[in-house]
Amino acid sequence: MNRQQLTGWGRTAPSFATVVRPSSDEEVARWLGEAPVIARGLGRSYGDAAQVAGGVVLDNSGLRGMGPISPDGVVTVGAGLSLDEIITTALPQGWFVPVTPGTRQVSVGGAIAADVHGKNHHRDGSFGDHVLEMHLVTPTGERTVSPTVDPDLFWATLGGMGLTGVVTRVTLRLIRVTSDRVLVDTDRFDTLDEVMAAMVSGDDDYRYSVAWVDCMTRGKSMGRAILTRGEHLDDSSADAPRAPRPARLAVPFSAPPGLLNPLSIRLFNEAWFRKAPRQRRGEIQSLGAFFHPLDGVADWNRLYGPRGFVQYQFAVSDAHADTVVEAISRLSASGVPSFLAVLKRFGPGNSGPLSFPIAGWTLALDLPVGPSRLPGVLDDLDDLVVGAGGRVYLAKDARLRPDRLRAMYPRLDHFLEVARRVDPEGRLVSDLSRRLNLR
Amino acid sequence: MDNAFAQPQTVVVLGGSSDIARAIVRKLCAERARTVVLAGRDATLLERAGEEARDFGATSTPVILFDALDPSNAGTTIDRCFEAAGGQVDLVIVALGLLGQQSHDESDVAATLAMMNVNFTWPVAALTRVRSHLLDQGRGRILVLSSVASVRVRASAYLYGGAKAGLDRLCQGMADSLRGTGVSLQLVRPGVVRTRMTEGLSPAPFTTGVNEVADVVMKGLADSRAVIWSPPILRYVFAVLRHLPGVLWRMVMDRAN
Ligand SMILES: Cc1cc2nc3c(=O)[nH]c(=O)nc-3n(C[C@H](O)[C@H](O)[C@H](O)COP(=O)(O)OP(=O)(O)OC[C@H]3O[C@@H](n4cnc5c(N)ncnc54)[C@H](O)[C@@H]3O)c2cc1C
Repeated sequence: MNRQQLTGWGRTAPSFATVVRPSSDEEVARWLGEAPVIARGLGRSYGDAAQVAGGVVLDNSGLRGMGPISPDGVVTVGAGLSLDEIITTALPQGWFVPVTPGTRQVSVGGAIAADVHGKNHHRDGSFGDHVLEMHLVTPTGERTVSPTVDPDLFWATLGGMGLTGVVTRVTLRLIRVTSDRVLVDTDRFDTLDEVMAAMVSGDDDYRYSVAWVDCMTRGKSMGRAILTRGEHLDDSSADAPRAPRPARLAVPFSAPPGLLNPLSIRLFNEAWFRKAPRQRRGEIQSLGAFFHPLDGVADWNRLYGPRGFVQYQFAVSDAHADTVVEAISRLSASGVPSFLAVLKRFGPGNSGPLSFPIAGWTLALDLPVGPSRLPGVLDDLDDLVVGAGGRVYLAKDARLRPDRLRAMYPRLDHFLEVARRVDPEGRLVSDLSRRLNLR
Repeated sequence: MDNAFAQPQTVVVLGGSSDIARAIVRKLCAERARTVVLAGRDATLLERAGEEARDFGATSTPVILFDALDPSNAGTTIDRCFEAAGGQVDLVIVALGLLGQQSHDESDVAATLAMMNVNFTWPVAALTRVRSHLLDQGRGRILVLSSVASVRVRASAYLYGGAKAGLDRLCQGMADSLRGTGVSLQLVRPGVVRTRMTEGLSPAPFTTGVNEVADVVMKGLADSRAVIWSPPILRYVFAVLRHLPGVLWRMVMDRAN
């Protein structure tokens, strides 16, 4: 047994737990006899979701295996496989994952527990919308759940942050691709209003869309943005698609560790905007460069120094688009340094009571821990978001006030009911669930 | 749980009615603290401190009674505090203290023992148990209220200063021993603070109010400083004072008194 200190990707609020690596349903079931206990994937959630102080953490990387891909793209995989591993096997056969977050280094279990979304949410929904079935080990036994078999448990598990049991196997549907490249259109906008208007009118024409917004520049350039949108390149004539290589790009900015300050961040943002064309059509990019630009730099989270960083990500409906504008202007006025924020459109959400997406907008930004006004600025943003009927993303959260959770997720009580059914003694606990009084 | 900004939600205060502790608790509650276990001797004062904490956002403020004159109860008192917290404890504040009356206590064995028990022996015994609980938890922080009086012990308050010096040095060692465990201990060294305890004393240089101390402590907690001086300038003042030749030290301190 291995006692280890764990944090999320933001490297805040560390805690010690016993880390074990079960490799079968039986072993998982045995470990669920312990309490408190929680699963962990690749630790890419930003906060304290995949750790439990003083408890047992089940590293899911032993839950491996990948079945054959059926002619219509259906495949069963171990929940400990990473999306990277799935892509590596599937892409040469002409298949790609239906949804990918901004990094390939997430496990299938983590993708389910956070019900992750990608740049195609407005078209294709979240990860859970492509899951046909999953096998779940709970403290009260094992079951296979699907949208038709115990749908309550199925949906509660999507976005349920590991609190309904440990997913060990997942059957999902991949998408057909004929190349390993993406056709990308890029547009640069001088104001937030312009880019948002362009996204509302044009996103439906693209499968993938995301905008990078500058939250640091005040005045006229506040909210300037670069919008990139793309489609898989259809090229059946080419060689078989090749999996993205574990590229090692250079760090795209030169701040030494711990030196991410308002000045260096502003310089980075400036360089990023200078480099983008006003408009470019039909550029061909590799899948890796388009979907996972940050994966080329291992451990880039260390650049934020020993105190780490938080990501604030919220979603609001179209009726509250002004919340996005207000949030960006508040952050820009507060002088809290932040790299480019990511702005995306969401399509309708699904039935998961804790699944994050709701139709409208989502904005995400990374903020270094340190400035003493940051906690208060974010608490105020929570109020703004709650007032707009929105919510923050638990996979990114490391600081939400517990009493805001119910307002953000109105179906929280339904979730708790399902969780209690499969885990009446409350063994499944994480530092996040403790912090948010989730159980 | 502590969040990413190291804002605690569950706090245990030993010496819960102390003015400095109350000021810190008010600020912690204004942030994230919801459960505040208040342990001490005087039920009425602790209840009042609990009400105050609830005014600032706490939702649960259990009171645990103990008498620090008897160090043998320290272990069970801590167990009761952790049980009352009902889950993981993020921060334990050790704030009990007895200033005493040096001119009387210095020739009274019982009074001297009382000074040592309240200011040193009970807190140390309690820390032993706190340490084990937090190590089992896999995380947690301890904040010990020492005093600048511990840096160099003065003739006119050597019982108080000496006991605090023992506590302070012992805690420095304990803090080092906790490195890499997920548990940490921070010391606060306030100068003279206007409180009930110091009422009637003639004002000394760098005297502050409890809210100023609490502000400095909040910042020190967020920054994980090993030693929090309040006001911060005292760190430099005492860097000089502690090395003054004895003659000068006595002159300065006599004048300050
Ligand atoms: C650079 C970067 C970009 C990102 N971009 C996006 C994005 O675009 N969209 C998006 O949605 N998210 C994004 N994320 C967040 C990330 O996709 C999620 O946090 C995801 O959950 C991480 O998966 P993981 O395997 O690392 O899980 P971990 O972080 O280890 O765990 C996350 C949760 O999953 C649970 N869990 C893990 N395995 C299992 C299992 N087998 N059974 C049950 N529960 C389990 C854990 O208990 C925990 O609650 C990004 C993160 C990073 C670092």
